[in-house]
Amino acid sequence: MSVDAATVRRIAQLARIAVTDAEVPHLQGELNAMLAFVEQLSEVNVEGVEPMTSVTPMAMKKRQDVVTDGDIADDIVKNAPMTENNFFLVPKVVE
Amino acid sequence: MTDLTSMTLAEARKGLADKTFTSLELTDAHLKAMEEARALNAFVMETPDQARAMAREADAKIGKGEGGPLAGIPLGIKDLFATKDVRTTACSKILGNFVPTYESTVTSQLWRDGAVMLGKLNNDEFAMGSSNETSCFGPVGNPWRREGSNTTLVPGGSSGGSASAVAALLCMGATATDTGGSIRQPAAFTATVGIKPTYGRCSRWGIVAFASSLDQAGPIARSTRDAAILLRSMAGHDPKDTTSVDIPVPDYEAAIGKSVKGMKIGIPKEYRLDGMPAEIEKLWGQGAEWLKAAGAELVEVSLPHTKYALPAYYIVAPAEASSNLARYDGVRYGLRVPGKSIGELYENTRAEGFGAEVRRRVMIGTYVLSAGYYDAYYIRAQKVRTLIKKDFEDCFAQGVNAILTPATPSAAFGIGEKGGADPVEMYLNDIFTVTVNMAGLPGIAVPAGKDAQGLPLGLQLIGRPFDEETLFSLGEVIEQAAGRFTPVRWW
Repeated sequence: MSVDAATVRRIAQLARIAVTDAEVPHLQGELNAMLAFVEQLSEVNVEGVEPMTSVTPMAMKKRQDVVTDGDIADDIVKNAPMTENNFFLVPKVVE
Repeated sequence: MTDLTSMTLAEARKGLADKTFTSLELTDAHLKAMEEARALNAFVMETPDQARAMAREADAKIGKGEGGPLAGIPLGIKDLFATKDVRTTACSKILGNFVPTYESTVTSQLWRDGAVMLGKLNNDEFAMGSSNETSCFGPVGNPWRREGSNTTLVPGGSSGGSASAVAALLCMGATATDTGGSIRQPAAFTATVGIKPTYGRCSRWGIVAFASSLDQAGPIARSTRDAAILLRSMAGHDPKDTTSVDIPVPDYEAAIGKSVKGMKIGIPKEYRLDGMPAEIEKLWGQGAEWLKAAGAELVEVSLPHTKYALPAYYIVAPAEASSNLARYDGVRYGLRVPGKSIGELYENTRAEGFGAEVRRRVMIGTYVLSAGYYDAYYIRAQKVRTLIKKDFEDCFAQGVNAILTPATPSAAFGIGEKGGADPVEMYLNDIFTVTVNMAGLPGIAVPAGKDAQGLPLGLQLIGRPFDEETLFSLGEVIEQAAGRFTPVRWW
């Protein structure tokens, strides 16, 4: 399988990365090189094989559903580029 | 004072305990070496004031007989580990001037045991790379050069800064992380020892995530013994990482010097690649002879799905990366590039903040997870991963204690030499290491010799789950036979 220019733009949009028209051909070439490389997986017989979900046999640990942390609003917003009264600021979403 | 930087960690530990020198003296000697080696670009952030404060504290504790296992030992920290109040960037523009308000579990355990932080080490952006060339801080120089050449070579990656700094004697050991070979390949390129422990052995909490089912932390060190000492402090159960395993951490150092007599060492025939350099083939045979001379038994084994590990990795790892890196949105931390709408803000920030390799992997990951392609790519790759793991299980079920392979398909190469036209050329560096991450196993790279141009080459030993001790015992046999390798200073 290989991707065309329209697919490259669609993937970029899904990944939320702005891509200029000038960048598309180059990206298309790179993505197709990777897809050509992984193509060899199609020759493996995976009939009846379970997809891996955990590399070590382990049961997911569970903990009590209680508050273990908190009251650190200043810490949470400390590295934010724009804040006001411990809120993150974003461009207007609802008119 | 310069000879204070040429000891192993184990030797320095003894010198500190015997009061031959203080941690402050040891730390100052390394700070000086670090300052003089800026041409290597191994450190992206130097923290001399913090280092001296930590050294004084260690000296006071040693004086009272309360020093921990790493008391007063100066270390470098890969910039992927969150360090409280010290800038942490994963060497990406998108994290900008991120200053964590918390400490990663692994580094907090090193400080608990008395270690001293010299600074933060360069790496490939988000640990995506095999040459340290994708870092937003620029490439790292390998302390090793080809004989008679002035060409600067890469130290490998992604833990290139860690490997370069340890090899150049700028720090006594370093933290590193390994998702597809990022500890073992740079260790092999710089004649240092690097171990990727079993998945779950070290907590991932506070380490910038790349591919969560593959990422593991481990040390890069000057000797096998040093690596064992460091891993003991780094490893252990952490309730904050649900995949960290709650089993006791052994005294890895006790495995150093232990007899390997009667151990069965697998030599996988699938690792004998067409066009493999004769020097690597010879080194591999030499390593096998050393282990045999120490009483181990060599057996040929088969890992039939080996060739599919790298392509499966280049589906699984980018898929997880595309999910993990979704958090960089220009809102909560790091870089923000304005846009008219929130969508534009995201797109502009991520276009500006991610480098070419990261963008490529996020995009391929997004594609293989997208509707219509998920089964064909992602699910198929996860099935192949099951088969790769089964290959190893079958091999260990035959009584094999560990598997010996080359660590890399070549020695270090020049900056800008690989991957320019086709990204896959660079990916092939990890051909011998990536299987280990896919199967969640421990793997160690130890220096074993040099090529005709005088560049170091390493061997890899792959172990059973949570049997790092056997790897340390076997690694020590190779180290004793091969000796230690130190680069000639040019920086």
